[in-house]
Amino acid sequence: MADYNTMELMICTAARELEDGASVGVGTGAPCAAAMLAQKAHSPNLVILFEAGGAAPLIPEMPISVGDSRTTWKAIMASGMCEIMETACRGMLDYTFLGGAQIDMYGNLNSTRIGPDHQKPKVRFPGSGGANDFASFCWRMMVMTPQDPKRFVERVSYITTPGWLEGGDSRAKSGLPLGAGPYKIITNMAVMDFEPESKRMRIIAINPGYSEKDVQDNCGFELLKAPKIVENPPPTAEELAILRDQIDPYRYVIGR
Amino acid sequence: MEVLDQGIGAIFTDPDADKAREFFRKKSRALTPKVMSVKEAVEKFVHDGDYLCIGGFGANRIPTAVCHEIVRQGRKNMGFAGHTSTHDFQILCAGEVFDKLDVAYIVGLEARGLSPNARRYMESGKVKVSEWTNYSLSVRFKAAAAGVSFYPARNVMGTDTFKYSGAKIIQCPFTGTKYAAMPAIWPDVAAIHVHEADIYGNCRIRGITVSDLDVARAAKRLIITCERLIQNDEIRRDPSYTVIPYWCVDAVCEVPYGSYPGNMYGEYFSDEDHLREWLKVEQDPDEFKRFLDKNIYSCKDHFEYIEKNGGMHKLLKLREKEFMFTKARD
Repeated sequence: MADYNTMELMICTAARELEDGASVGVGTGAPCAAAMLAQKAHSPNLVILFEAGGAAPLIPEMPISVGDSRTTWKAIMASGMCEIMETACRGMLDYTFLGGAQIDMYGNLNSTRIGPDHQKPKVRFPGSGGANDFASFCWRMMVMTPQDPKRFVERVSYITTPGWLEGGDSRAKSGLPLGAGPYKIITNMAVMDFEPESKRMRIIAINPGYSEKDVQDNCGFELLKAPKIVENPPPTAEELAILRDQIDPYRYVIGR
Repeated sequence: MEVLDQGIGAIFTDPDADKAREFFRKKSRALTPKVMSVKEAVEKFVHDGDYLCIGGFGANRIPTAVCHEIVRQGRKNMGFAGHTSTHDFQILCAGEVFDKLDVAYIVGLEARGLSPNARRYMESGKVKVSEWTNYSLSVRFKAAAAGVSFYPARNVMGTDTFKYSGAKIIQCPFTGTKYAAMPAIWPDVAAIHVHEADIYGNCRIRGITVSDLDVARAAKRLIITCERLIQNDEIRRDPSYTVIPYWCVDAVCEVPYGSYPGNMYGEYFSDEDHLREWLKVEQDPDEFKRFLDKNIYSCKDHFEYIEKNGGMHKLLKLREKEFMFTKARD
């Protein structure tokens, strides 16, 4: 078994979700690394879209910004915010990868504030950016984040970006496009999905070296468990070579 | 029309389409030269209390010279569209120029981290905020550009982003589908950096356009900075390249390397060392004050700022990096 760190494992796990011919909206950092790995390893026709307007590039190296020149390197089109989000809104964007300061049992994300006073927050974060938009429109929203009880809270104090909202059919009633929503949560310890009726987060796979107890102990709410929990396969030597040599040679992301 | 739900956030600009039409009715259509310095453009077209919009994407194709000049001239009490804003936001926070803010993306510089000074300002309680998303603000500009008072969007519903916005939920008269109605923004003034413009303000942009084509049309007053001036004959030789027509434009300022320290598509990459320095010095307010004195307040213009940070030698390195020549990887 190849030697690897947890960030490399998360990126490889995420990349395997992106099948050839699919489309994905990504930000910078780990999500972008996952999309690049998928494109180089097994999905050469993966359509990668950036909210600022970069459409279907052959990304040469990790972008620093979702609007920098690397996001249009050998791309199909250099467009704009509306072009990308309209593509998502009319149903042509399959996946998105997001992050956030907090995530809850229904996959809602907080990237706006900590503290009760909106006009004078204790901690101010960037806000939605394009996250609410991608999560509203893309068919399957995925999150890559470290497993940590401060991050995985029962209910986020502020819903910046919609998951399954209050669970059950609350998202369908909200007015957001039907059939879209959180799909998988990928952490350093496990992979979770959402139980189809309640829309609560549940464990479906455990990473090598961790137990179900580790995952639950590092989560601020009770996780459901899938009928069959599998062991998530480790990264292959080929995946690691592409990731280390071609995608992130300076270890900006995988060195974290 | 029945409103099913509405956010509690403020709407800082008037979404009335007929009032906007009255303004644009009087806006000049004359083909006149508009070339001036950034200093003059900001003196003439950016006022205290105005609602401001900055084009580009945070640290990509931004009108840095205009942002610095607004801070240097000490504008205050402005409204600002925090749309895809990163380094531009960081500069404006340094001067505390706005106190009303539409938030889509603020405080952060993407993968580079959060700005300590912007966070201090946003956590001070001095700024009144409304929450939106990048796409929400895009369609608010799109509505304004189209001359209508709102745009129906399918995002934000069910979230606190909606609750703290000024959006309203309505139903489609044809299908009954719910939509978040996003009110139009006609900014008092906007500044956009482009690759090429003629002396009248006809503009060409390469690479991504973000929301700039709508912002240019929505803005009541528009300052263009350009990498280089080109002949009007060149515009007329092939008008298919024109993305902003002169009748939207009030000032044209030739500012080569005008997006520095940001990235400019096909020209130069961002100066990551300098952006890192910004984030670092912001940790200490005294050090940050000295940094601002050196890089903004004591500078006559954008060229002096660039000279202080490596000059042409630095710019050539950034050009190499943009094109990924192997030398730039040293």
